[in-house]
Amino acid sequence: MAAIVTDHLHRKFRKTVAVRDLSFAIEQGEVFGLIGPDGAGKTTTLRMLAGVLKPTSGRADVLGEDVVGNPEALRGKIGYMPQHFSLYGDLSVLENLTFFAEIYRVPSQERKERIARLLRFAQLEAFADRPAGKLSGGMKKKLGLACALIHSPQLLLLDEPTNGVDPVSRREFWDILADLHLQGVTILITTPYMDEAERCNRVGLMFRGDMIQQGEPEALRRLAPGEMLVLYTPALAQAEAVLPEFPDYIEHQVYGDRIHIFVSDADAARPRLQTFLAQRHIPIQSLYQDEPRLEEAFIYLIRQARLA
Amino acid sequence: MESPMAVSPSGIELSPNASDAVVVRDLTKRFGDFTAVDHISFEVRTGEIFGFLGPNGSGKTTTIRMLLGLLRPTEGEARVLGIDITREPQAIAARVGYMSQKFSLYPDLTVDENLTFYGRAYGLRGKVLARRKDEVLETIGLARQRTRVTANLAGGWQQRLALGAAILHRPELLFLDEPTAGVDPVSRRNFWRLLYDLAARNTTIFVTTHYMDEAEQCHRLAFIHRGKIIAMGPPGQIKRDRMTGQVVEILCDRPDVAIQALREAGVPEVALYGQRIHAAGPGLEARLSALESLLKQAGAGPRTLRIIPPSLEDVFIANVKTSVQ
Repeated sequence: MAAIVTDHLHRKFRKTVAVRDLSFAIEQGEVFGLIGPDGAGKTTTLRMLAGVLKPTSGRADVLGEDVVGNPEALRGKIGYMPQHFSLYGDLSVLENLTFFAEIYRVPSQERKERIARLLRFAQLEAFADRPAGKLSGGMKKKLGLACALIHSPQLLLLDEPTNGVDPVSRREFWDILADLHLQGVTILITTPYMDEAERCNRVGLMFRGDMIQQGEPEALRRLAPGEMLVLYTPALAQAEAVLPEFPDYIEHQVYGDRIHIFVSDADAARPRLQTFLAQRHIPIQSLYQDEPRLEEAFIYLIRQARLA
Repeated sequence: MESPMAVSPSGIELSPNASDAVVVRDLTKRFGDFTAVDHISFEVRTGEIFGFLGPNGSGKTTTIRMLLGLLRPTEGEARVLGIDITREPQAIAARVGYMSQKFSLYPDLTVDENLTFYGRAYGLRGKVLARRKDEVLETIGLARQRTRVTANLAGGWQQRLALGAAILHRPELLFLDEPTAGVDPVSRRNFWRLLYDLAARNTTIFVTTHYMDEAEQCHRLAFIHRGKIIAMGPPGQIKRDRMTGQVVEILCDRPDVAIQALREAGVPEVALYGQRIHAAGPGLEARLSALESLLKQAGAGPRTLRIIPPSLEDVFIANVKTSVQ
C-alpha cells in the first residue's frame, strides 16, 4: 500500500508556480529522498503533505487521509520536522520531549517509557538535563527528530534535517533513520547532500516545480550520459575550451581541480583523448575512467531540464 | 616584508619557504579549563586551496578567529602573510578576505550598494572603487543582477555576492568558514569553480566545509578533532594512507537482520545505503568469508560481499573515532 499518493498536486504563490501538477507515490516503508536545487519546490511539497499548506489544486492522500479534507486526522499519524524546527532553547532535552508529548496527547502512562526510549535511540541520555539551546548542532537535530517521533508516527517528513551538520553527526543521524526504516517507518526526506541521497531506496529529482526524474539511486546514476573519464590537468581552462572539438565528446563537467568528460566508450576514447590533448599542448596529470556518481547524473539532468 | 620565523619556541624548525601564506606553530587557545585549539602546526602555501575539516566544536572557527587577529592565542605562534598574529593583529584585516557562515549582506540594499558599502569599509573610493566593483561583478557573474535587491536573489547568488564583497580589496588570502552551508549542488559547483579561478590567480584560500565532495577538491586537507590535527595531506593521499580498515559493501535479502548481526559481531561502522549495507572496520578484508557465513547463519541471506574503496567521509569518520579511543 502507498503511504503517499499525490494527484496533480499544484501550488502557486501569486504568479509563481512552486509545485506543478505533481503526481507521485511513496510506498509504505520506503525511504524516499527529494533532491533538487534551491527553489525547486521540495519544501512546498513537504509542507502540503504535512497538511500545513493548502494546495492551489490537485490532491494528496497521506496514510489514507486527504490532506486538504482532513488535515487534523493526519497530524497524529505523521512526524514533521520543518527546516527551522523550533525547540525551546531554555527548556532541557527532557522538558522539550515532555512538552511535545503533551502537544501530541501521548497517554501519560506511556510517556515516561517512550521518552526514555527516544533518549536512548537519539543517544541523548547523557544530556537529558541540558538546555536544548546549549546542545551542539548535531544533537539539536537529533532532539528535533526525537520530538517528531514522540507520538510514534508511521510516516516522517524531514526537511533538510542535516543541513549544516558535520559528517560524523550526519552519519549518526542516518543510522537512526536506518533503524526507523527497518522498523517499517516510511520516510520522506529532502537533502542537499548527494551522498545522503544514495542512502535512500528511491530518489525524486525536482526542478522548477516538476519532478523530472525518480527512481533508485543506482538507476538515476545510470542516466549520466555515457561513460566517464576523469582528467587532471593544470591547464583546466584551456582543456575545457578545446574539449567540445574532441570527436567522441558528449559533455563535460568541471570541478575545481579536474574535468569529468562523458564519452560513449571510455576505453576507446582514452588513448585518443591523450593524443588530442598532447597535440594541443595540454599537459595531463592523470586521465582515467571512473563510475559516474549520483551528483554527475544530477547536474546533467538539471542542465537538460534548463535547456528544455 | 619580514622574513619568516626561523625557529619556534618549541624548537621545531619552521618552514624555510618564504612563500607560505600561513605558518602556524603550536597554536593553542584555552577558554578557562577548556582547550579549544591544542598545539596545532601547519602551513598553507601561496595559491593553495587548504581545507580545514572537523566536526562542530572541533576548533575550526577558533583557529580562523586567531588567524584573523581577532582572538589572542594562549600559546604558540602564527604568521599570516608574514604578519605575526600576536604582535600586529590589526594589520591582518586589510590584507585578507573573510566570509563567514552567516554572511553579512544587507538584504534591502541592491547588489551594487552592498559592494559599495564593503568597498568603502576597505577604504576604496571613486574610480578605483568603481573599477573594482566592475571586476568583482564580472568574476562572480552577477553583472546583470547589479541593480537587484539582495533579498530577492537566490541563495547561491547571495553567496557569490558575499564572496564578491570579501574580495573587493584584492586580498592575497581568503578565509571561508562553511561558505556553502545549505546551498544546492549546482550552486556549490559554480562556487568552487570560482574558488579555483581565484587560486589560479594566486589567491590563497583557507576553507572549512562539511561537504566531502568539496573537501576532495582541496589541494590539501587537515582534519581537526577536539582541537588537535589528526590527519593532514592531499585528499588522495589521506584516502590511501589514513583509512584504518576496509569498507565492505553487502547485498542481502534481510538488511535488518544483517545490521543486527554485524553490530553484535563488533563491526565498528554499519550503515544502510538503500538496500545495501556498508560495513567498515579494521581487518574486514581478512574476515570476508567469516562475515558471509555469519550472515548466512543469522538468516540475512547474503548475496554479495565486496570490498569497495573508502570515501573521504569513511576515512574522516574512521580517524575521528580512532582519535576518541
